[in-house]
Amino acid sequence: MNYRTIRSLKGKKLRKAIFYGHAIPYLEDIEIKGRFIVIEGPDASGRSTQIELLSSKLEADGHAVLNAGLRRSELIGQGILEAKRNFVLGRKTISLFYAADFADQLENKIIPGLRAGYIVLSDRYIYTLMAREAVRGISSSWSRNLYGFALRPDIVFYLDVDPNELVHRVFKKNSYLDYYESGTDLRLSDNMLESFVMYQKLLRKEFKRMQKRYNIISINGNRSISEINEDLQERIDAYLQNLQNY
Amino acid sequence: MSYNMNDITKSIPRQGKLIVVEGIDGSGKSTQLRLLEKWLVSRNMPVFFTEWNSSETVKQITKKGKKSGQLTPITFSLLHATDFADRYERNILPLLHAGYIVLADRYVYTAYARDIVRGCNPNWVKKIYEFAIKPEIVFYFKVPIDIAVDRILSGRPRLKYYEAGMDLNLSNDPYESYRIFQSRIIEQYESLSVSENFTIVDGTMEIEESQRFLRSMVIKLLPLKFAKKNRRPRRQ
Repeated sequence: MNYRTIRSLKGKKLRKAIFYGHAIPYLEDIEIKGRFIVIEGPDASGRSTQIELLSSKLEADGHAVLNAGLRRSELIGQGILEAKRNFVLGRKTISLFYAADFADQLENKIIPGLRAGYIVLSDRYIYTLMAREAVRGISSSWSRNLYGFALRPDIVFYLDVDPNELVHRVFKKNSYLDYYESGTDLRLSDNMLESFVMYQKLLRKEFKRMQKRYNIISINGNRSISEINEDLQERIDAYLQNLQNY
Repeated sequence: MSYNMNDITKSIPRQGKLIVVEGIDGSGKSTQLRLLEKWLVSRNMPVFFTEWNSSETVKQITKKGKKSGQLTPITFSLLHATDFADRYERNILPLLHAGYIVLADRYVYTAYARDIVRGCNPNWVKKIYEFAIKPEIVFYFKVPIDIAVDRILSGRPRLKYYEAGMDLNLSNDPYESYRIFQSRIIEQYESLSVSENFTIVDGTMEIEESQRFLRSMVIKLLPLKFAKKNRRPRRQ
């Protein structure tokens, strides 16, 4: 069947959802109407600000917008925070915890939103989880299999900020470096600042490595909020415009 | 001095033994494993007992999800994998390295069987658990479905939602649903028993008889000095 030819009552085309792997036989044949956009980037790269701005603009343009993200699920979100605070968990355990939390978001929020025709904007996605796992020595084939049930987004942006610049933004935001975002568990350096920069560089390298496989669009995140916003908005508008002309 | 964690764990000889029991609820496996534990402890062997779905950190969260009936096959599977990984990383593996006999009431095979019955892709599930070492021996308690169901239901008036497999929409009657669910799990165990080389235990035997069989198998895995009751194991 040609899914592109099917039109819903609202005029949006139904299409078959595409997954990275084969973990959810019961979801494999679902159809979606909405569009799925992911914003990736390190802590303090301005992701949430950008998502706020993009959401208001898209809504002003008349689109139904739904925000999603990692660690937002009611099911497990709080548990991860507590477990991390007590830092008692092993690496595989934390990965699986995050995967469970992500699955809950995907099945209970992202997929229903896309089926209903929303533009879903996700604050981070599986790429952050995979990058964190990779720098902690977890094999990428294991991570890829784990997230095989993830839906493939329509667009993935990565806000690329120089780790040395990132430090200043973090200080401006919090006045301290977060234990986890500094990768302190990796013992890269006794100096917290140095550890943060080294860790962020490792993550950035992983993103570069994933870029091609996952079609990740790198966005220069060293610019001002409005410059980045203009860039993102332009790309999204062009994408949506292109769909209408199809 | 710098060192690499992975190298260290690889270089330590794993002196411990991992012994697993598998089977559906009511197959008698837990009773047998507890008796095995008593026996080993009485012989001064270092023993650690671990149960499926028992990590304190993960338990609270799983419970919440189970109560609200929000779990899907994927989240159900991943939460159990988290629970297993936590026990594996913090208890099972380090204790094996330290030379313990680890007794596991259910292991990765329970996840394979249940998750596959719930509709997860078999290769996906198996790959997730690939970090888990292969046990020294897996006792599979084989029992006719009617006997197992009778044993469970006689002591319990009500079945829990996920326990009865109600999320699979097999039947509106929890007891009927439970029966169908358990028989599907048996099918999975049957196919695993060949591919994973299970040691089959007839779950209808008398408790004492089964225990004699288990001990006769386990004693083969243990150091010879174990046979001489009063002598303490010598240090290498």
